[in-house]
Amino acid sequence: MNAEPSLAQPPPTVDSSAEFAAIRARLQTRNGDEFWRELEALAGEPGFQDVLQREFPSQAPRFVPDVQRRDFLRLMGASLGVMGLAACTRQPDEKILPFARSPEYLIPGKPLYFATALTLGGCAQGLLVESHMGRPTKIEGNPDHPSSLGATDALAQAAILSLYDPDRSHSCLRAGQIGTWNAFTTELAGRLEALAARQGEGLAVLHAGEASPFLSAQLGRLVARFPKLRSYRWTPLHRDQERAGAELAFGRDVAVRYRFDKARVVLALDADFLAAGPGAVRYARDFAGGRMGRSYAAGMNRLYAVESTYSVTGAMADERLSLRPSELEGFARALAKELGLAVEAPALDARRARFARAAAKDLSQNVGAGVVLAGSGADPVVHALAHLVNERLRNAGSTVEYSVPLEVTSEPAAEGIRRLVEDTRAHRIDTLVILSGNPVYDAPAELDFAAALAGVPFRVHLAAQVNETSALCHWHVPEAHFLESWSDARAHDGTASIVQPLIAPLYEAGGVKSAHELVALLASEAGTSAYQLLRAQWQAASGKSGEEFEAFWRAALNDGVIAGTTFPALDVKPRADLDLGAPKAPENGLASGLELVLRADASAFDGRFANNAWLQELPRPITRLTWENAALLAPATATRLGLEPGDVVTLAAGGKSVRAPVWSVPGHAEDTLTLHLGYGRKLAGKLGTGLGFDAYALRTGVAPWRVGGVKLTKTGERAALATVQKQPDQEQRNLARVATFERFKAEGKLAFAGKHDSPFDQLAPPSLYPGFPYEGYAWGMVIDLNACLGCNACMVACQSENNIPVVGKDQILNGREMHWIRVDRYFEPSVTGSTETIVHQPVPCMHCENAPCETVCPVGATVHSDEGLNEMVYNRCVGTRYCSNNCPYKVRRFNFFPYADFETESLKMQRNPDVTVRSRGVMEKCTYCVQRISQARIQAKKEERAIREGEIVSACQAVCPTQAITFGDINDQASAISKLRGEPHHYGLLAELGTRPRTTYLGKLRNPNPELAENA
Amino acid sequence: MSAPAHKPPLSEVIAPGHTLTSVSEKITKIVLTRATPRGWYIGFGIAFLLVMVLLVSITKLLVSGIGVWGVNVPVGWGLAIINFVWWIGIGHAGTLISAILLLFRQQWRTSINRFAEAMTLFAVACAGIFPLLHVGRPWLAYWLVPYPNTMSLWPQFRSPLLWDVFAVSTYATVSALFWYVGLIPDLAALRDRAKSKPWKILYGIGAMGWRGAARHWERYETAYLLLAGLATPLVISVHTVVSLDFAVSVIPGWHATIFPPYFVAGAIYSGFAMVLTLAIPLRKIYGLQDFITLHHLQNMAKIVLATGMIVVYGYTMEAFFAWYSANPYEQAMLANRAFGYYGWTYWCLLGCNALTPQFLWFKKVRSNVVALFVIALIVNVGMWLERFVIVVTSLSHDYLPSSWDTYTPTKWDWGLYVGTFGLFLALLFLFIRFLPMISIFEMRTLVPSGVAEAAEKDEEHA
Repeated sequence: MNAEPSLAQPPPTVDSSAEFAAIRARLQTRNGDEFWRELEALAGEPGFQDVLQREFPSQAPRFVPDVQRRDFLRLMGASLGVMGLAACTRQPDEKILPFARSPEYLIPGKPLYFATALTLGGCAQGLLVESHMGRPTKIEGNPDHPSSLGATDALAQAAILSLYDPDRSHSCLRAGQIGTWNAFTTELAGRLEALAARQGEGLAVLHAGEASPFLSAQLGRLVARFPKLRSYRWTPLHRDQERAGAELAFGRDVAVRYRFDKARVVLALDADFLAAGPGAVRYARDFAGGRMGRSYAAGMNRLYAVESTYSVTGAMADERLSLRPSELEGFARALAKELGLAVEAPALDARRARFARAAAKDLSQNVGAGVVLAGSGADPVVHALAHLVNERLRNAGSTVEYSVPLEVTSEPAAEGIRRLVEDTRAHRIDTLVILSGNPVYDAPAELDFAAALAGVPFRVHLAAQVNETSALCHWHVPEAHFLESWSDARAHDGTASIVQPLIAPLYEAGGVKSAHELVALLASEAGTSAYQLLRAQWQAASGKSGEEFEAFWRAALNDGVIAGTTFPALDVKPRADLDLGAPKAPENGLASGLELVLRADASAFDGRFANNAWLQELPRPITRLTWENAALLAPATATRLGLEPGDVVTLAAGGKSVRAPVWSVPGHAEDTLTLHLGYGRKLAGKLGTGLGFDAYALRTGVAPWRVGGVKLTKTGERAALATVQKQPDQEQRNLARVATFERFKAEGKLAFAGKHDSPFDQLAPPSLYPGFPYEGYAWGMVIDLNACLGCNACMVACQSENNIPVVGKDQILNGREMHWIRVDRYFEPSVTGSTETIVHQPVPCMHCENAPCETVCPVGATVHSDEGLNEMVYNRCVGTRYCSNNCPYKVRRFNFFPYADFETESLKMQRNPDVTVRSRGVMEKCTYCVQRISQARIQAKKEERAIREGEIVSACQAVCPTQAITFGDINDQASAISKLRGEPHHYGLLAELGTRPRTTYLGKLRNPNPELAENA
Repeated sequence: MSAPAHKPPLSEVIAPGHTLTSVSEKITKIVLTRATPRGWYIGFGIAFLLVMVLLVSITKLLVSGIGVWGVNVPVGWGLAIINFVWWIGIGHAGTLISAILLLFRQQWRTSINRFAEAMTLFAVACAGIFPLLHVGRPWLAYWLVPYPNTMSLWPQFRSPLLWDVFAVSTYATVSALFWYVGLIPDLAALRDRAKSKPWKILYGIGAMGWRGAARHWERYETAYLLLAGLATPLVISVHTVVSLDFAVSVIPGWHATIFPPYFVAGAIYSGFAMVLTLAIPLRKIYGLQDFITLHHLQNMAKIVLATGMIVVYGYTMEAFFAWYSANPYEQAMLANRAFGYYGWTYWCLLGCNALTPQFLWFKKVRSNVVALFVIALIVNVGMWLERFVIVVTSLSHDYLPSSWDTYTPTKWDWGLYVGTFGLFLALLFLFIRFLPMISIFEMRTLVPSGVAEAAEKDEEHA
């Protein structure tokens, strides 16, 4: 018997086989009826019961002979009597105690906010994290943090979901089997002793090189213990090109930071500075500030974008030029030459030459108020040219500042990983500790990192989740989420922040550790906690002690920034001996194959968010695709190659190939494909594994961002790509209204007039019925299309705040996404003649005063509040979906299935307790964050005052990097929203239907260069 | 009853040579015959299987949710609503024939009214399944009913869906009553003729003690006329209210004032087509050509043609208004209907509903039973397509292009639809097996008076 041992019964000690043999022998002699009678007799023998119980101990209670009916009744009667007696007995005193002294500030029902920071792509965004009874539930930006100013990007919004990801590692793993932290430390200690004896020869650490002063100091101390320690650094989204460009131009690496608030003209050379890279959130705010001065008296800045793939920045551009990535250098040279720099430049075709000339003229007319910047994917020479132009136009020192780089090492990332592989191959490494990342998945393809790694005798990997690298390591140590650990980080301008945890590690017992704790273990600092080490670090750095330091520390934690840590601006000058040489010839187009642009994915990032459901379901900017990546190309290229969106192709370059579905994007550079990194994960949890294709397969260390000579072959297969928007344009319906700044200045509102504008184009068309008098508050929202980037941060913020479920790819394909606010993207024939332009339009519920949804609901499940909110009563909804049909804006979302996860415990912790989790068969939609309105109302009532202007901030409004969304009381004439509603370019979407929407829009303005107009 | 001038010669609505006895014999024989025809078993068996499909589809729907269908945002309503409107439309002919033609003293209605009414009831039963099941939480659908409760729930009376609840339930109630009241004298006849005791009792209960006394007849006539008067406005109101589900909304393709009359005409159109579809095989199988004569079929064909022309007028006006309004959304709606993703459904619809009935102008076609049957089938398909075009095509392209999407019915959508065919047919098979499908006593009134008197003498002798 191999059942689990029973605790109640002792294990069999008697040899039962002999007993059974006897029984068998006895039975064998009988036949027919006798056999059965013998069985009965056997069962009745007292000895047999013992045998049976010994053999089947877990079944023992079932063998107890039946209680006779009379006995049973007797016992029952007696029990009842005894029970009565028991009630007379006085129970002993066992005092329980209430939570008389609750933790400080903890008021049930009232969230607390803590400042912390999230490091992504090398620099930190300052955050304020909402905590409900000890559970972090929502991430907001930290208004005091220079990289945030109160906003965040979509990734930071979704980072909280990774904390509660059910696929996170719960324990250490030794070769895939559960191991304990103690077993790990014991095994490691043995090795470390031997290593220490050799001064650390053979010990290697691989880290991401992120800007954490604490980690740098720790690594420094580690070197003190192991002088021969080898330290490597790798991150796939590195800034090697920038570094090389700066070294080319200045002879040293510098970090560049921009002052877009002072910039009048910006030229972005394949730079997606508004949506990706260090400081993007801050830059977006500064940039938008120069476009949306409400009266426009100050004029408007102008953005030129020259790029291969359509980026968020390109969508904001007033003038946009698309060219192949290999042609960018030529353009940059031509521009520099146009500005009088002594560089060799190739001849450009007429259109590009005209563009370069116009941009150069514009820049030179705005000396000291222009910015020329190159993206992280641009070649070093383009970076160098940008530096030279900025120097020439005296932008450097004004709109462009330099500082020391944020990175902790001076070695390029590609060099770091190459060196590691080389040392591994040469057997110089005995123990490798990988502090973060997933190099098996994202290391340059030519290195064959996985094979090299396998040669290291002892491998340790710290990761939040078992990934491709963990699978090849001896020990997998679960990594603490940033909301679970102490650390520090630097903003894009160097300002330091303390990363403070909001919650103890969820799986603490499993040995969840932060990188700091692991390094502390290596450095024999394990006895001291990361908190103590971090404090000691900053005590030393601040030079303060005692009370003074306590005050400093409290301020640092409270504010989320450490005052006075911003890197000072450096005065750097271009090298005198600078020679950029002859221009590299661009690839010769289709003849030698296609060109490939590689970019970080807006959702999966470098692959680390592959298992984040919010991000996977978030439509990518520009393409509006969800759940996977695709090879993007221009429609003309697709036509020439005979491809339809969804066709699967094989892309081959450098001996490697990937299979990818194609998707066409108007305005994309011709003969060029864009692939996004972060997909094709083989080990990324239940959601992320197997989504999309792995573009890293084509990425090499020498050409990390663009690949030439790519061969494309059709496979004949088709893939269903899940896009949330099937219609590319707005069919001349003038829904997202666009006008040029010139015309707007001259004609005002009329500049926006579309082909079909109705005579009733006013917010409240005449009606026979008297309107409802809204006394008191009247909530409304104004969305400034001119500021909207289309970054989608609002969509994730809304999802996080309002417990919006994810539905999965098959449901998206079926048109059942659940986002309460969506960002519509319309391609437009250009107003400026450069390329197809894009206009983004966020669409939440309009909260119509005459709401079409309300009149058709048969059960009164959607009703109007006296403050003008269109409210949804989930409990009353029976799910006829008539309201959704009758909504002209289609903002209502229906739970076709029970989408909300009621099962997974960890996900329940993320939920906002102020918002109902909706069940199957119920309609839902944007509520204007009614829970936040209620909180403000309660607070105001307690303080016996009216709700103040700006006291209510909806989740989408709070997160918006460009402050495109304004929420407030339209009855209050002094409110910001009332002023916006008085702007000439203010309009209501489909207002001609008489819905009287409360959510309204400000038209989008473009500021094209008149010299580039088609007929100029 | 005094005959109006246009009353057709009786010989056309009943074959010559029939006596009162032969009429009773012929009709009751179908019900009272011992041996159930094998064809009936086969037919009922198929219908029963389809009912199983219905039950499986409903179970799947209740267990998993509305998501098993193809509906989405923007197309929130799909096959369920199409089928609801379609079945309700079919259910129009019965009451129209019974009530309105009765009031207009159209005696030719006599031989078809009974099973047309039965068809109405069964169609309404099928239709009723859909609005109940298409809601997200069907177990709470009773919240649409205004009844005093402690949840302070009260329906929202501005919603056309609520009007539907009243319109359809009233229609179903009145139709059932009307049908049953009309059945009472025949149930008595069956009771008298049934051979076996259980059937005598069952029919006896149904006959409610009918003895054919003059007082019974007098009360019967009054009640029947009153019910006819009650039912008449319902014929108009039900589909008017159903059309308001669409017309009251703001969606281009739905928001149209022409909808009520256009829907009512469409309903009568499809209802008569369905009566033809059923009557033609029935009269053939049960040898009832004597009672359901070519004259009946021709009359019904004429009604199909007339209502068909009204429907075509509706299509024309929809298109005209879309163009004439100069409203870009309406114009886009029209263009999308004709040339969009679902464009083929629109052209099929025009082919079925506008073109096909034109053949009925020819007497040759009208008197060709096979041609009539085929045309009736095509019209049924066409009317289903009409609802598809209205519901799905309009929703799939509304105001904001960003939300445009398509709807593809899933197997569960189709399962429910096919399943209701099963329910309809199963009920119909039970009806023709156990109840007189033609009104016996009313048919007897059609027997020429001379023959009738002679027959009465025969009966006295018998």
